[in-house]
Amino acid sequence: MSIGKLITVVKFRLRNPWLNISLLATLLFFYTPIVVLIVFSFNDSRRNIVWKGFTFKYYKKLLSNEMLLEAFVNSLTIALITTILSLLLGVLTAVLLWRFKFPLKPLYQGIIMVPVIVPEICIGIAFLIFFNWIGWPSDLIWPVSLAKIIFAHSLFCFPFVAIVIRARLIGLNGECEEAARDLGAKGWHIFRDIWVPHLKPSFIAGGLLAFTLSLDDFVITFFTSGPETITLPVKIYSMIRFSVTPEINAASTILIIVTIFSVGTAILLQKESLKKASAK
Amino acid sequence: MNAPLISLQGLSKEFHGKNVVELVDLTVKAGEFYGILGPSGCGKTTLLRLIAGLEQPSSGQIIIDGLSMNSVPANRRPVNTVFQSYAIFPHMSLEENIGYGLKLKGIAPEKIKERVGAILDIVDLSGLERRWPNELSGGQLQRVALARALIMQPKVVLLDEPLAALDAKLREIMKYELVKIQKDVGITFIMVTHDQQEALSMMDKIAVMNEGKIQQVDQPKALYEWPKNSFVANFIGSANCLMGTVTKVEKDRTYVMLTDINQEIISTANNNFRVKDSVQAIIRPEKMKLQDINISDDNKDNVNYVVGSLLEIIFHGGVSTFRIAITDKNVEPLVISQLNDVQQTKAKYKIGSNVKVCWRVDAATLIPVP
Repeated sequence: MSIGKLITVVKFRLRNPWLNISLLATLLFFYTPIVVLIVFSFNDSRRNIVWKGFTFKYYKKLLSNEMLLEAFVNSLTIALITTILSLLLGVLTAVLLWRFKFPLKPLYQGIIMVPVIVPEICIGIAFLIFFNWIGWPSDLIWPVSLAKIIFAHSLFCFPFVAIVIRARLIGLNGECEEAARDLGAKGWHIFRDIWVPHLKPSFIAGGLLAFTLSLDDFVITFFTSGPETITLPVKIYSMIRFSVTPEINAASTILIIVTIFSVGTAILLQKESLKKASAK
Repeated sequence: MNAPLISLQGLSKEFHGKNVVELVDLTVKAGEFYGILGPSGCGKTTLLRLIAGLEQPSSGQIIIDGLSMNSVPANRRPVNTVFQSYAIFPHMSLEENIGYGLKLKGIAPEKIKERVGAILDIVDLSGLERRWPNELSGGQLQRVALARALIMQPKVVLLDEPLAALDAKLREIMKYELVKIQKDVGITFIMVTHDQQEALSMMDKIAVMNEGKIQQVDQPKALYEWPKNSFVANFIGSANCLMGTVTKVEKDRTYVMLTDINQEIISTANNNFRVKDSVQAIIRPEKMKLQDINISDDNKDNVNYVVGSLLEIIFHGGVSTFRIAITDKNVEPLVISQLNDVQQTKAKYKIGSNVKVCWRVDAATLIPVP
């Protein structure tokens, strides 16, 4: 931004005090709780109600809390696999809806969007009943034991991914595909050389959406996780039931940092690929 | 004569029960710059896409170099296309764009680099190998699209309105550039356009299309001078069309009573008519001449004439157009164009005054009226 432009913005702001007040209020409303949470994760007090002094104690304690670390690893594993599955399902769904005409397409389109609309608690309960009904084994060894949660997460994440990818597909220049075919490309080449580069920004955006949705999901996970498959949000919830210690604050802070970090990386990646793809 | 490179036989394409291309027969010889000219929606782009293999014909044959192409998919035809939007791949550099087809063929990277370099020379883009499409101008993108097709050394390059997206000045330059490149590389070009000026000045041969059907196939000059029907006459250049009946046929001249203007004229342009045939006389604006009504002219060249009143004069720069209403007759005013080389042209004739419009015996082309 040039200095002249900056001055214009500042002048505009000064002339409109209400704009400033509403902006400030919004920021305060959104971020005060988070800031308080992070600040109190360094509070040297067991009860965590009044500020007693600065310490890293609870972060150290966190690192030695095996149960919590296990939950964290579970959360990351679930989020990663969910992201991959959602991307696969999402891209297939998006292409199906974009490219093909088939009977009952509007109905199908509606059904796909159900997980987006239905309250999570209903999906959670539905999964609980469903897994009980088919008699899903509960004594599986570690990574396999997460499959139940991964299935549930993928189901409610992939429609979001499909929406993002479909929106990007609409902007695809159909003549590019024909040009590739004209130059000798077969189906697979067109997918690799035309579709994937064009869709890359939406893969990143969709993948990020799936990753964060899965990482901090509580409701559905609560109904589908067993004693061996606790995730970080569920673990934090169970810790709160005893007492709100700075340890919980520390765990939450780490969750926030992981989220911000992944969002930041994704935005950078997306910017890069958008810059490349923006043709005249 | 050797066999044609491309031959279309009874080619039709139907969309939703409507024939967009109807029973088209065409032959294109190797090395020709061939044009398909027609108004928008006449099916010319569909015809091009049929040749490219991007559409499947409803019936008929496409034969390229002696082989039927009907069951050959687009990616295996010896044909490459320059698309109207250029369809440059936005995420590939200029070099990668042009080399894409060769890469798919499995040609070694060094070989591709070499050939890309050579083709860039031809289209005058040397040194821009590493550029991205969004860093290129419309004219440059156009050249990239052409290079990408030429590098495949196809039997035919198909061009779909390649100049439509360029501004007027650039279009003028690219017009000659395209012709020059085509002559240099010697590859057959088939170009679709709606612009008759473009077609007349660039092509060796033109097929005029309307409503899915071929109206006339000829060289540019022949199309202009001897249109076969009134659609061609009006679509290419402008024309005065007058209805009439043949009254007398001599060895090399036909006498026609023009019922539209109640005047008998003589034409030597073509004479394969019989007495009482209904015809239309086509006279190009620049082949008619204005004359003062009071001057009686013995010049045999101006034996055909009609009197009318001058409606308006439109100045175009090098030429002026005169519109002349034929008195008491329910016909379109005649259009005459004259070079502005005579200072007094404008001053001599007053709006509203009566003038004589004359033309030579070989000026009017006669076309049959069904």
